[in-house]
Amino acid sequence: MMDVAARPAEAEPDLSAIAADAAGEHGVGRPAVYVYEAPVRICHWVNAFSTIVLMVTGYLIGTPLPSVEGEASANFVMGYIRFAHFAAGQVLAVFFLARILWAFVGNHHSRQIFYLPVHRKHFWKEVLHEIRWYAFLEREPKMYVGHNPLARTAMFTGFTLFVAFMIVTGFALYSEGAGIDSWQHKLFGWVFAIWPNSQDVHTWHHLGMWALVVFVMVHIYAAVREDIMSRQSIISSMISGERQFRD
Amino acid sequence: MGAATETFYSVIRRQGITRRSFHKFCSLTATSLGLGPLAASRIANALETKPRVPVIWMHGLECTCCSESFIRSAHPLVKDAVLSMISLDYDDTIMAAAGHQAEAILEETRAKHKGQYILAVEGNPPLNEGGMFCIDGGKPFVEKLKMMAEDAMAIIAWGACASWGCVQAAKPNPTQATPIDKVIANKPIIKVPGCPPIAEVMTGVVTFITTFGKLPELDRQGRPKMFYSQRVHDKCYRRPHFDAGQFIEGWDDEAARKGYCLYKMGCKGPTTYNACSTVRWNGGVSFPIQSGHGCIGCSEDGFWDKSSFYDRLTNIKQFGIEKNADQIGMVAAGAVGAAVAAHAAVTAVRRLAGKREDAHHTS
Repeated sequence: MMDVAARPAEAEPDLSAIAADAAGEHGVGRPAVYVYEAPVRICHWVNAFSTIVLMVTGYLIGTPLPSVEGEASANFVMGYIRFAHFAAGQVLAVFFLARILWAFVGNHHSRQIFYLPVHRKHFWKEVLHEIRWYAFLEREPKMYVGHNPLARTAMFTGFTLFVAFMIVTGFALYSEGAGIDSWQHKLFGWVFAIWPNSQDVHTWHHLGMWALVVFVMVHIYAAVREDIMSRQSIISSMISGERQFRD
Repeated sequence: MGAATETFYSVIRRQGITRRSFHKFCSLTATSLGLGPLAASRIANALETKPRVPVIWMHGLECTCCSESFIRSAHPLVKDAVLSMISLDYDDTIMAAAGHQAEAILEETRAKHKGQYILAVEGNPPLNEGGMFCIDGGKPFVEKLKMMAEDAMAIIAWGACASWGCVQAAKPNPTQATPIDKVIANKPIIKVPGCPPIAEVMTGVVTFITTFGKLPELDRQGRPKMFYSQRVHDKCYRRPHFDAGQFIEGWDDEAARKGYCLYKMGCKGPTTYNACSTVRWNGGVSFPIQSGHGCIGCSEDGFWDKSSFYDRLTNIKQFGIEKNADQIGMVAAGAVGAAVAAHAAVTAVRRLAGKREDAHHTS
């Protein structure tokens, strides 16, 4: 936590501007704000868990474990790995869908990760400020009730877009086993119009996994760092839903 | 062979079957199918009046492996397909006529069977330098192809060449070899990919068209669903070893002798749509996986440009480097990990320095 004395005085007007951006709700003068509603938190942790399962099983599908001994009929190692992958994938898809639906009925923070206000000059200014903060060029972080603009950009790209890509390619690949008459093929078969050879879809799906690995690394680091360095709670917010401000 | 319209009846008579036997056959067929008394004369009438489908078989940039495969068909025998089911009016590789006589048949078929003949294309046209990399009958092949496609009922694109481009289209594709569907846009095109396609799949497609008088149902990519709707992997007899997690790790290991799954040896069965694991090759004798070698995915788009046939993860070339997804991913994750660690270190140092400075200021 930064010492109060080190904080420049002009930070306050900035804060109210941010608060205005966040539709009139801000944390100044309040110790805690309810940000992440229960469905958002549940989706977050379900997605986090299924993503981990998907990464591990997905890697093992691309690079299988050493062969097992005995009769083929007595073993089902690859079968269980693939089952776990498909099950976790369907769970992720359902909760991703639920999360999109919640964006329509939840509070305005629940919509943050689904679009970027790219047309607003103010948004880019704040993104630049956050980049400067991470590049150690700003001494003071700003306060945000929801995601800061840079985090929001990262969430939109690293989570929303990447996960959507993985769900679409994942169901397309699943449809190969489910068959040409399956609903998965009817809904996601168009992926093979982009990449006619399914080997390419496998490769991109595999690369998408690594993109998510990178996102998860940055996401966790940024959350831990912000929790320590900035003037608001991050990690505990995703459990309690409340953002606490400290000065 | 000539372009004269020939009915199935005249073919039957030519093979020494009497009219009496012909009618016996029609009656027996109608009775065994339970079709009623009138059906026998209808079958006879159909065979007497229905013309055999004229087929023009052209060769572009190719290796003739499709023809080689086709002539080995066992069910139906290729002799039945060529001599009885279709009227193969032109095939410069196996026809008796040559030179201007042969070329005259093209014009004749075009005029006489406008919109009724099947254009079977083996190989593809190279488009670079005005198509001069494949000259056929004194003209670029692409011109001949476009001319004959104009009045065809449908086009059969034989093999990986006509369907996807194949090895002559491999990067950097100097002749600009182009699959048929990128050159002809206004005709139904049936893709029968494979390098070569399975003999029985080829004659099967021909048999379907001649028997039912319509084109087979195609999948999203223009391949007949009846042969290309499942992957080699889906019907592979080694699939139980895949599900069990039993893999061959080297060509001469114990697992290879036991006939385990070739997945780790780069088998492309899981991404290849073909009928190899059900129809098999050489009259159903075997297919690559049964012979102990993985599938190379020869009926798939771009199989020639996907790096080693023996790697499970194939390379990505989009970033100007030839690395597979794991190599790229691990480097990226490693770099980001190092950056995160460095950032954390700088943060810690800054914070300590900041604290000391603050302490200094307040004191």
